[in-house]
Amino acid sequence: MDQLVAVLIDGIIYSAWLFVAAVGLTLIYGVMKIVNVTHGSFYALGAYAAASITGWALAQGMPPSLSYPVLLGSALLVTLVVAPLIERGILRFMYVKDEVVILLITYALFLILEDAIKLVWGVNPYFIAEPYGLLGSFDVMDLTYPYYNLILVGVAIVCGVGLFWMLGHTRAGKLLVAVIHDTEVSRAMGINVERMYLFTFTFGSLLAAIGGAFTAPTVSVVPGLGIEVIVLSFAVVVIGGLGSLPGAALGAVMVGLVRSATIHYLPQVELFVIYLVMAMVLAFRPRGLFSIAEARKI
Amino acid sequence: MRPDRTPLTLLLIGAAILAVGPFAPQWTLFLLTVALAKGLVVLGLMMLLRCGLVSFGQALYYCLGAYAAGMLGRLYEVSGVFTLMLAGMATSAFVAFVLGFLLARYRSIFFGLLSLAISMILYGLLVKTEALGSSDGFNVLPSTLFGWRPADEWVRYSVLAVAAGVAVIAALAVHRYLGTPLGRLAPAIKDNEIRVEYMGASARQAVHVKYVIAAALAGLGGALAATTVGHIDPEMAYWTTSGEFIFITILAGTGSVIAPFLGALIFGIIQTVAFDISPNTWQMVLGASLLAVIVFLPRGLWSLFRRRKAA
Amino acid sequence: MAAILDAAGLNKNFGAVTAANDINAAIERDSVVGLIGTNGAGKTTFINMITGYLKPDRGRIHYEGRDITRLAPRDITRLGICRSFQIPQLYASLTAYENMMIGIGVVLRNAGRGGFFSRGEPLVPGYEQPAAAVADGLLQRFGLAEYRDKNAQVLPGGVRKLLDIALTMVARPKILLLDEPTSGVSAEEKFAIMEMIMKAVRAEGITVLFVEHDMEVVSRFAERVLAFYDGRIIADGSPEQALNDPEVKRYVVGGELHRLDEEKARPRA
Ligand SMILES: Nc1ncnc2c1ncn2[C@@H]1O[C@H](COP(=O)(O)OP(=O)(O)OP(=O)(O)O)[C@@H](O)[C@H]1O
Ligand SMILES: [Mg+2]
Repeated sequence: MDQLVAVLIDGIIYSAWLFVAAVGLTLIYGVMKIVNVTHGSFYALGAYAAASITGWALAQGMPPSLSYPVLLGSALLVTLVVAPLIERGILRFMYVKDEVVILLITYALFLILEDAIKLVWGVNPYFIAEPYGLLGSFDVMDLTYPYYNLILVGVAIVCGVGLFWMLGHTRAGKLLVAVIHDTEVSRAMGINVERMYLFTFTFGSLLAAIGGAFTAPTVSVVPGLGIEVIVLSFAVVVIGGLGSLPGAALGAVMVGLVRSATIHYLPQVELFVIYLVMAMVLAFRPRGLFSIAEARKI
Repeated sequence: MRPDRTPLTLLLIGAAILAVGPFAPQWTLFLLTVALAKGLVVLGLMMLLRCGLVSFGQALYYCLGAYAAGMLGRLYEVSGVFTLMLAGMATSAFVAFVLGFLLARYRSIFFGLLSLAISMILYGLLVKTEALGSSDGFNVLPSTLFGWRPADEWVRYSVLAVAAGVAVIAALAVHRYLGTPLGRLAPAIKDNEIRVEYMGASARQAVHVKYVIAAALAGLGGALAATTVGHIDPEMAYWTTSGEFIFITILAGTGSVIAPFLGALIFGIIQTVAFDISPNTWQMVLGASLLAVIVFLPRGLWSLFRRRKAA
Repeated sequence: MAAILDAAGLNKNFGAVTAANDINAAIERDSVVGLIGTNGAGKTTFINMITGYLKPDRGRIHYEGRDITRLAPRDITRLGICRSFQIPQLYASLTAYENMMIGIGVVLRNAGRGGFFSRGEPLVPGYEQPAAAVADGLLQRFGLAEYRDKNAQVLPGGVRKLLDIALTMVARPKILLLDEPTSGVSAEEKFAIMEMIMKAVRAEGITVLFVEHDMEVVSRFAERVLAFYDGRIIADGSPEQALNDPEVKRYVVGGELHRLDEEKARPRA
């Protein structure tokens, strides 16, 4: 019983983290049809920016309670600098290319960003424990959980609900939905698709950076941080169906719960099981759970 | 029609490696052998890329081949280099034959992502398998040539000689295969599968065959890498390893069976030199070269040769 | 005389749309059949079901007495039922000649010739010539020689259609289904194109079904007409019979005249 509760709580926390880290990927794919490997770089950028800026501000005597908005602000800052640079500077010239080729281009950019991060922040780890320790912890049965984990869950809920609200109720969101549905028709209708792409890429990357920023206080921020995040987010969004937001949520919950269950009951298969779920889903639903197959007209 | 000069070129390159090897410094022999091993993997990826398929999980077969060879030595003290390579090849080919029934149905990014998932499964398994050294892997015994163990200063050269021989044979075989009707179907599958079906061929079967051949080559390369490097670990199956192979494939281009080996060698040189000069920016150099190749040489480095020949 | 192809009770629904509604048609060996009907009448769906791209919800298709309803397109092709496409299906990045060579390669392979271990230049079954000669011969026959080394994606619409048809010929079909072979060609050229196609095809004694919107072309080339409307066959008979059928006049011919006017008014792409 205790263990089941622990599985659930761990699973929810892990799902929340996965969702924030991955949802931007599916948004970008939905609008731009890009499988974006630099997503992992933005996760790492967010973590580095958050750790260094928050760390610096705390050293200057900033009250620790202010560190949460600073985490968010750091993610925003670094994304607003880097994402438009990449989209306007490089990606926008590549949209005519094949999906697989664009994937390779983002892979090249990922390699470049990996080292750019090392150049800016060096290779030594960064720690900021304050935001994590500040809140204390609570007990569920015999298990202790830091309150900070609730912030992660909160961030996930805000991101998810915010996205849905934006797509359904704002002008920009409705235009985005039109572009997701049919880029060519949208262009013909006079929607500025180029601007939509810039916005989507920046916003999607921001979500990854936020994921990194809010994870930074729980880990040591070291080079290579984004590498695992990429495949994990691929797994999450592919399970749900590339381009589907509800799919990303479902994928995150599935992967989160399955992983937490195996950590508790069968730790030998912990890593393996995520990709097993991904492979199984693809085997039975070749385009993921929330996807519709289209026949080609001949 | 132009006479086919590829077989002769391959044999000459092989002979040149054998002739120059004894006089070359040891580190270049190592570099070259590793390039040949990776070139074998890339040769297979090139066949798939001709069909428009990019496997983000080819490291699966590289790693399988390496572990098959390593475990033969560890468990049964087999050290014959040809036995090890055969084992690596057979293991990978068998696994690919089985998985091929599933994967040959997938195209575009879904092929890539499913192969990625499967390779990560192997990685996850190996990391947690203590008997195989978990994430540290284990050392592979030095190999022998029909029971003969060369003197220390000749070890590198003899492994290189074997690698060169194997690579030349593999490249010749693939070259011949690409000239057969089934081999030539690759660009057709890439362009229009419906038409392929309506000509009376099975695109899925053609992809399956190529997938198994590619895996066999990757297994061969993995076994070769294991004996050359003397150590194997689960990183060999990680997605970054697959990424490296794809990198070389794109760098090399699909123009010729020689291109993968050339690409692997250039990759090795960039990596070594860039890493020496500046260990923290070598990936940046790689990323920038990949970007440059995709933008300026979409058919890879090999297209440089073509153009010069044509002129 | 026994039918070479026999479709019995074919039904196909796409959601609420009924694309085939109890289609019955027995095609005689060595005949030329025109399929007519307005847009969305179900002509392409009929061809798709015969050639295995779509499986009918109900009904059976027999070819020379053999049930082919559930066969895959490639198996149906191998039996000798070949088709061209309303939207030409070519290998866009390859030249016209290379397109032909791919098709011939498949024929060679299916005949077990030109494999990994075979030596020398294999001969194409049926033609008993080397592949290159067969490819050039067919391009010549369809008036495509001048486009031999052009990439398929840059060819004009009408030429793409012809290449699409030439590609079906490499397998030496017994039945050929042509989906709008003259679309994308000006009204004046239609006759010449059909003439050439028929000459190339009928020389081999192939049974032909072709979809055509121009009634003059239909009555000139078809020996028999199947008129489709709303997923049903509403008339089946000689061109005179079918084209004068009151239902056909109302639903098909009238519609086609209207359609042709529209097409003429539209600038050609
Ligand atoms: N794959 C499909 N999915 C959904 N509906 C389809 C599909 N194929 C055909 N239909 C529908 O079935 C009906 C018949 O279409 P079909 O293509 O057979 O018409 P057609 O007679 O060939 O018309 P056209 O002259 O325009 O080529 C149409 O309403 C079409 O929209
Ligand atoms: Mg049609």
